[in-house]
Amino acid sequence: MTKDEVKQVVLGIIADIAPDEDLSTLKPDVRLRDQMQLDSMDFLDIVMELRKRHGIEVPEKDYPQLATLDSCGDYLTPKFNALASKS
Amino acid sequence: MNSRSHYDVVILGAGMSGLAAGIRLAHFGRRVCIFERHNAVGGLNGFYSIAGRKFDVGLHAVTNYVRPGVKGTPLGKLFRQLRIDREEFALCEQKQSRVAFGPQGEMSLRFTNEFAVLESEIAAKFPNQIDGFRRLVALVRTHDDVALDATPLSARAVLREHVTDPLLEDMLLCPLMYYGSSQPGDMEFGQFVIMFKAIFLEGFARPLEGVRVILRVLLEKYREAGGERRMKCGVSRLTTRGDRVAALLLDSGEEITADHVISSIGLAETRALIEGSGVSGSDGAVSKQGPVRLSFAETISILDRQPAQIGWDRDTIVFFNDTSRFDYNRPEEAVDLRSGVICFPNNFQYPDDQYLAEGIFRVTCLANFGAWERLSPEDYRQAKSRWFAAMQRSAKRFLPQSTVPRMEELVVTTDMFTPLTVRRFTGHVEGAIYGAPEKIRTGRTEYSNLYLCGTDQGFLGIIGAMLSGISMANYHILAKSA
Repeated sequence: MTKDEVKQVVLGIIADIAPDEDLSTLKPDVRLRDQMQLDSMDFLDIVMELRKRHGIEVPEKDYPQLATLDSCGDYLTPKFNALASKS
Repeated sequence: MNSRSHYDVVILGAGMSGLAAGIRLAHFGRRVCIFERHNAVGGLNGFYSIAGRKFDVGLHAVTNYVRPGVKGTPLGKLFRQLRIDREEFALCEQKQSRVAFGPQGEMSLRFTNEFAVLESEIAAKFPNQIDGFRRLVALVRTHDDVALDATPLSARAVLREHVTDPLLEDMLLCPLMYYGSSQPGDMEFGQFVIMFKAIFLEGFARPLEGVRVILRVLLEKYREAGGERRMKCGVSRLTTRGDRVAALLLDSGEEITADHVISSIGLAETRALIEGSGVSGSDGAVSKQGPVRLSFAETISILDRQPAQIGWDRDTIVFFNDTSRFDYNRPEEAVDLRSGVICFPNNFQYPDDQYLAEGIFRVTCLANFGAWERLSPEDYRQAKSRWFAAMQRSAKRFLPQSTVPRMEELVVTTDMFTPLTVRRFTGHVEGAIYGAPEKIRTGRTEYSNLYLCGTDQGFLGIIGAMLSGISMANYHILAKSA
């Protein structure tokens, strides 16, 4: 998977969790929290949806890695690819 | 029915909070089952049918209403967490509501879903209080009301730092107490803030068909997520081992086990299920030496025409009181006629082609469980009809003169519930509507895998009830294994 594809996955999850947010103007290098109303409950949901839909585990110490869309791409792409090569 | 004997999570009670907790847990793959003793869902916010006509219990209006696009409020949180599209609730806004005080409601404060309306009413009627009121509002807006470990403060004490006229103090408290307080006379300040936002800063709305629309959505989400539920099957005993609940005995006699148990049935009611706790359940014996629990009586009149056709066209909800100080307490008599709440479910802003076929006039007053419980079945029936008439008479003082001389002739049918009715259908001690005065905000109990949600956890209102289930499922179960 490419970083862009991974970012699309994350965007898809955010769209389901927060359908009332406009995602079309989201800047990939700015903290998600600064562009949208996302509280800690919503962040927990992103983590849990990653596990539910894609089997990706994000330990709590790594939550800061999900701060921006770009950092999500950087952090999650190797995880997605490691999972793909296993199956 | 093919049901298992072990679950990741068992939930006691299929009310708003239990269903919401269930949706979260099932959505994230937990094997979860809700056990409900009654044959219908909803608990304190349910509905029932008599002769094909549906009556709502509890819900007058959904509080916490905000319009699409308003973010960071409880309603939005609820929609997100339960993956509900706000269209599904089909909420229609109120027209206007009032707080009416004095023997004939001489002092009246109107409010709508536009906060400015209340603010200007107060500026006009309490000109020397408006600055203090604005300071209070500023405090409410910045108060962290979801902190699970806040120090309890008296709402009256905090109010008096800003509002010095006791009439205004009581008029502000009246709707907030009636729509959520389990505490006589005063409220905890955090609860005050939650209710102030829910009622004054946010607002009232309702689906045309009432609470069953909301319940239908919750049941649908729960089913889709794979949650199980067993109706007419309560939990009759919790077996503990060390600091854990080890097994649950069902009304059917079966025994099941669960990693986690979430109880929405109340703290005392839950403790009564724990063997060896020395209290027996189900018949209210727990409460005899406990704190005062508040319950209500409600009369429902079904009219053959819309309230608007007889001069009651403006008000959605009216909170009334006729005494010099508002006394929110358990009355000595069976019903307290001095204050109460009137609700016209017809008077919401439904789309033009939608309306309720019949007129509905509901009146709710504080009531005394013991006074009703003592009566023989025959006396109970008589008392019901006597108090019914008295409650209606009392409430009408606060409404515009109806354009028909004898409203009784328009009445198609009536119904009434008392604290006894509430106890019978929900199992809550003394028919308490808002639970025990003491809240356990963290939901923790003395058992490490048993948590509370619902009224005794203490997020109030119908939206609060659902958020209670959501928060407890997140905090105690989902976040720990995330």
